[in-house]
Amino acid sequence: MNQRPLSPHLQVWRWGPHMLVSILHRATGDGLALVGLGVLVWWLGALASGPGAYATFQGAMGSPLGMVVLVGLSWAFFTHLMSGLRHFVLDIGAGYELDTNRLWSIASPIIAIVLTAAFWAVILTR
Amino acid sequence: MGNGTSIGRVRGLGAAHEGPHHWLLQRFTAIGNVVLMAWLLVSLAMLGDFGHANVVKWLVHPVSATAMILLVVSLFWHARLGLQVLIEDYVHEAGTKFAALAALNLATIGGGAFAIFSVAKLAFGGIA
Repeated sequence: MNQRPLSPHLQVWRWGPHMLVSILHRATGDGLALVGLGVLVWWLGALASGPGAYATFQGAMGSPLGMVVLVGLSWAFFTHLMSGLRHFVLDIGAGYELDTNRLWSIASPIIAIVLTAAFWAVILTR
Repeated sequence: MGNGTSIGRVRGLGAAHEGPHHWLLQRFTAIGNVVLMAWLLVSLAMLGDFGHANVVKWLVHPVSATAMILLVVSLFWHARLGLQVLIEDYVHEAGTKFAALAALNLATIGGGAFAIFSVAKLAFGGIA
């Protein structure tokens, strides 16, 4: 590109919930695409390759680091899901009133954390 | 219509008419992801035993195998569209952008094909 001026990026703006939920949507989406799909492909490939390969997968995912990855992916999924559902509402032209917009910008990531905790509570208590 | 700056060269031409296609596909695949991920998470929660034999027994059922293959298609398509936007936003040099998009296509189509083949192999009764 040439030397044309660029608009300022993240660093010049005062943080607010709308900005946070937008950045979280992109960060979690790209994290899911790059890491989550890798884990999904490994899981399915290991299943198809037999018990030995699957044991390697289970060993990696059952380790402390693996659990951090899995919990992180589930959090990223629920966060991306909630902000994505928020986008669907915005797409139909609703939810742009300042108070409503702010409310759901704050609520979406919080609901996502609750859903993540609930999911793991179900998995770990069975 | 000017011919000096990049904005001057496109001003007055109207819309490119190819934006909505990408935007709509992202929404359609998002809907697929919501439905199929709900199926996957409920299935995982109900599975309980994550040992190889039990997971394979669940996955080779025709409904599970079909849903998993559809999930792989929907997820990889959605990820492909999302990462394309990431590349277009942050990679500005034309050659690098072309290479990044080409690599993205290889990775998503290759990964998706491998995942689908893995499910099909189990469903059609390979070893395991």
